[in-house]
Amino acid sequence: MHDHDHPHSPPQPDDPEPSTEHHFLGLALRELLIEKGHITADDERRMIERIESQTPAIGAAVVARAWVDPAYRARLLAHGRDAIAELGFNPGNYPDIIVLENTARLHNVVVCTLCSCYPRPLLGRPPAWYKSAAYRARVVREPRAVLAEFGTHLAADVEVRVHDSTAELRYLVLPLRPAGTEDWSEDALAALVNRDAMVGVAQVRGG
Amino acid sequence: MSPRFAPGERVRVADRWPAGHHRTPGYVKGRAGVVLSTHGSHGQPEVYASFGDGRPRQPLYRVRLGLRDLWLGYAGGDTLDIEIYEHWLEPA
Repeated sequence: MHDHDHPHSPPQPDDPEPSTEHHFLGLALRELLIEKGHITADDERRMIERIESQTPAIGAAVVARAWVDPAYRARLLAHGRDAIAELGFNPGNYPDIIVLENTARLHNVVVCTLCSCYPRPLLGRPPAWYKSAAYRARVVREPRAVLAEFGTHLAADVEVRVHDSTAELRYLVLPLRPAGTEDWSEDALAALVNRDAMVGVAQVRGG
Repeated sequence: MSPRFAPGERVRVADRWPAGHHRTPGYVKGRAGVVLSTHGSHGQPEVYASFGDGRPRQPLYRVRLGLRDLWLGYAGGDTLDIEIYEHWLEPA
């Protein structure tokens, strides 16, 4: 790509599966933390329950509200974190959550090329493909080919904008509302919204 | 720490390749783009990674680059928005 007269450090190991060694280290750390009284097994259970309570249904409720309420949509696009909290959801400890509005001329898609940063308070845990080296490497290099593999075929005059979630912020794609849903209730709309559309690899299809 | 760059300003991502942990991906190093927005100041990942306190904190920016400026042979106006800390940005 560009000329180099300097050596590069080798890339860090990138295997998403924990090694046996790290798995055992994690178990040992957990047992020591409990044995020394820093946390209790109940604390750990509550943390896991909280993590598992975060699902894409939260993001879908935010999207559906934005579809039916133009004033809310404007607040969500201007200050994502505050607008999410306004609905009673915990937006997490991020300085902001950037809401990316898809339009007829612009399609947004989110990746973390460095690891697996993901809007967990809104979508829960990231899917395996989001963490895969292939998705992370390819979606910034050939986004249209990756989107096509997810069934998202975009016209040439639609700009693709890739968002690399490399640091402190988190991102939620506000998908296009499908045609034919003008009379739908907010709840019915929320049921239509799917996780992949809020990451930006898919679109929301009509009912 | 007030941000050195303003939205709309042209910036270049530093072409540095340190061995340790940092959160600037290699594929944008040395490339130029435009500042979109600033998002407060945050501890440096490099300093945290060596068990430090993150100081000096760095302003965080969202920067927009053209994919055709990143990849040989990329045609069209597709774009990349990426978060970069100030100590990784230079005037362009």
